[in-house]
Amino acid sequence: MISFTVNDRHVDVEVDPSTPLLWVLRDNLGLTGTKYGCGMAQCGACTVHLDGEALRSCVAPVSRVAGKKVTTIEGLSADLSHPLQRAWIAEDVPQCGYCQSGQLMSAAVLLRQKPQPTDEDIDEAMTGNICRCGTYPRIRKAIYRAAGMMTKGGAK
Amino acid sequence: MSAPLLERREFLKFSLAASSGLLVGLYIPSGTKDAFAQEASTSSFMPNAFVRIGNDERVTVIVNHSEMGQGVYTALPMLLAEELDADWGKIGFEPAPVDPKYNHPIFGMQMTGGSSSVYSGFEQFRNAGAAARAMLVAAAAEKWNADPATLRTDSGAVFDGANRRLTYGQLAEAAAKMKPPEKVALKDPKTFKLIGKAKSRLDTPEKVNGKAIFGLDIKQPGMLTAVIARPPIFGAKVRNFDDSHARAMPGVRKIVAVPSGVAVIADSFWQAKVARDALKVDWDEGTMSGFSTTQMMQQFREQAKSPGKSVRKEGDPEGAFASAARKIEAVYEVPYLSHAMMEPLNCAVDLRADSCEIWTGTQFQTVDRMSAAKVAGLPAEKVQIHTTYLGGGFGRRANPQSDFVVEAVHVAKAAGVPVKVIWTREDDMQGGWYRPAFLHAIVGGVDAGGNAVSWRSRLVGQSIMAGTMFAEAMGMTKKGYDPASVEGADDLPYEIPNLGIESHQAEVQVPVQWWRSVGHSHTGFATECFIDELATLAGKDPYQFRRDLLQKHPRHLGVLDLVAQKSGWGKPLPKGRGRGIAVHASFESYSAQVAEVSVTEGNVRVHRLVCAIDCGRYVNPGIIAAQTEGGAIFGASAALFQELTFEGGRLQQTNFHTFPVMRTNECPEIETHIVENNEKSGGIGEPGVPCTAPAIANAVFAVMGKRIRKLPIRMTEAV
Ligand code: FES
Ligand code: FES
Repeated sequence: MISFTVNDRHVDVEVDPSTPLLWVLRDNLGLTGTKYGCGMAQCGACTVHLDGEALRSCVAPVSRVAGKKVTTIEGLSADLSHPLQRAWIAEDVPQCGYCQSGQLMSAAVLLRQKPQPTDEDIDEAMTGNICRCGTYPRIRKAIYRAAGMMTKGGAK
Repeated sequence: MSAPLLERREFLKFSLAASSGLLVGLYIPSGTKDAFAQEASTSSFMPNAFVRIGNDERVTVIVNHSEMGQGVYTALPMLLAEELDADWGKIGFEPAPVDPKYNHPIFGMQMTGGSSSVYSGFEQFRNAGAAARAMLVAAAAEKWNADPATLRTDSGAVFDGANRRLTYGQLAEAAAKMKPPEKVALKDPKTFKLIGKAKSRLDTPEKVNGKAIFGLDIKQPGMLTAVIARPPIFGAKVRNFDDSHARAMPGVRKIVAVPSGVAVIADSFWQAKVARDALKVDWDEGTMSGFSTTQMMQQFREQAKSPGKSVRKEGDPEGAFASAARKIEAVYEVPYLSHAMMEPLNCAVDLRADSCEIWTGTQFQTVDRMSAAKVAGLPAEKVQIHTTYLGGGFGRRANPQSDFVVEAVHVAKAAGVPVKVIWTREDDMQGGWYRPAFLHAIVGGVDAGGNAVSWRSRLVGQSIMAGTMFAEAMGMTKKGYDPASVEGADDLPYEIPNLGIESHQAEVQVPVQWWRSVGHSHTGFATECFIDELATLAGKDPYQFRRDLLQKHPRHLGVLDLVAQKSGWGKPLPKGRGRGIAVHASFESYSAQVAEVSVTEGNVRVHRLVCAIDCGRYVNPGIIAAQTEGGAIFGASAALFQELTFEGGRLQQTNFHTFPVMRTNECPEIETHIVENNEKSGGIGEPGVPCTAPAIANAVFAVMGKRIRKLPIRMTEAV
């Protein structure tokens, strides 16, 4: 049995410890907001936070998160109040939407580390996240918008 | 997105064929009389198949097109809400079940493709809204004992002359008893309040909190997951397999042969996948085991040396070429391409003795239902399809054989319990149904004055229609070629007196299919590169040269001039940068783009892309811009990075490391300029794609003086 925290909830799962966290989240815990795109750390669709850092959950065996704190898109905010979610809505970012959980989770780590990111910072943090629909220009705008909201202190 | 058809007349012919029953089996008589009988509470009003109004004021628009990112869950409700005078804040949406009443008004079946959702629904959804409005007004008139003509509507309510107000929710019950109007008047476009406005997409909130349900996310009670060992070569068949190891693995419930391979059915995806990988399958490799794309392209080059089936001929292209003052011959090549939707294929099926329920992200409900019914051994009306969100479609989810649906029904049959088949990325990429590889051999010449006098194109490639139920509707036999292969080349708009377009249909056993912008994805590249080469030959500016030849095509000129102006065409650029231009019409819309690039150590970097789009009267400019940009990025990915190659019958690419998609650090600055006019609405999902590759290739020439004739761009292959 492996125990860890997901979105502030303690969970115990009975799975083969080599199972990627992605599939434990999706199949065992019913958290389907985290997506599968490549299974080899190429696309970022499966990005979650492990103790606050971005993690490609498709290549992380669940044993690696034992005793640790995992946050998924469902835990970013319960009510769309996170500045990134608000910015994503304001800029109408998603098209098909499939990559967006991963994009948001990567962006959240970026803004925590660099509250005033430059284009280069965005490139560095977001290049691991593919969007086949091509929402990159709007993602960039939305990150700047969220950064602005956060410095104005208007958001939690 | 898919587009089997290009021109309006083709559309009409196809629709005619479909509705007159010429497409055997395509028309399914209604078996589900009222698809919403259960959902609709007694206190809601459903005046027609497209809208339901609850006494809680919620207005739900039932959308018969699949949402794959292109914004139909917003644009189509906008059309209906406009005529209904609904309160936009109360609008919701719901995917339609499969039913003939949700058939595409042009294609005669329920489907999403051809960049046609909004223009085909333009009147349909407005009419549905206007009809509902008329019944609400009639209900209010009865309550107030007033003449309906004296009443007005606004933001979800009916008002009388004294400004008394009844909301749609309050009127819902009474309106349900009114007679549906036979004819309704539609608004004067000048009075539109929603159409033409950049309303926020309705599906965004659930796409930023993980709540949106895609096919991959479907879970039903008792549902197992299957992963399939698939043929490593097209046409390979399972000779036998050894599952002794796989069978003993945890969670594995069943391992069975299905027509597409060997299915491993387990409690969860990972268990199924690990066991699938542990299977030992002995494949009969079939006839494709020696297949090589290098050899195939060599054959294409040979084929192009002889005349093909004539598609269009004006004047004497050969003679004019022979006597041209200056001439040029060029061969353009494009590879097979994967749709590579972000969400790999999947399909969930619950098959019972007398019913079959399917959950999947599909673009092809009618065809899927028919195909599933056949495998399930049930009448079509016993098959229900729940259309989930599609994590991208780009045409792949509109498969003429319903491959991913049919397979899942086979697996469900074998499983005996509800099952969801998941394709890994590798399965998806190697599973076929690609954009076909194509070769365009073009020769042309200019006279001493630099005027274009001759153009002859020979296209060689596989038909996406051959062997499908659409071949006849497209008139393939009569024409002797596949119109989808030559679309965008056969309607070359340039005024060139001697013009020939010829088609060679290549017979290759690689499954091919429509891919975002279909034929235009390669014809746009070849024609817009060659016209650029002719401009150089004529010693003229590429923009002016095109302009001169487009005098009879005002909408081409409109986007061309707009893009030239917005991109600063002709203005100096920093050293090492160059601009390239392209213009192309597709799906009833007109597109032009200018790319600004630099080349460093053989690497092409696109810095800026300026797009001009004329899609006639549009519904939501925010979505127009998003689709144009997304299309351009899709086109840029193909131009710079993507190809599928085969050696020994085996695909060489497996995942995003070998089939790259443009990433944010490679993405240029993109701007979109929309032409404002009142022309009939055209498509928007695909027209952004075709111009990008030639604009980039032409920009590379501007910087390097070398022509790109093969995609993806490799400077080592430039000539
Ligand atoms: S699914 Fe994990 S990076 Fe693609
Ligand atoms: S929104 Fe479709 S993949 Fe990003």
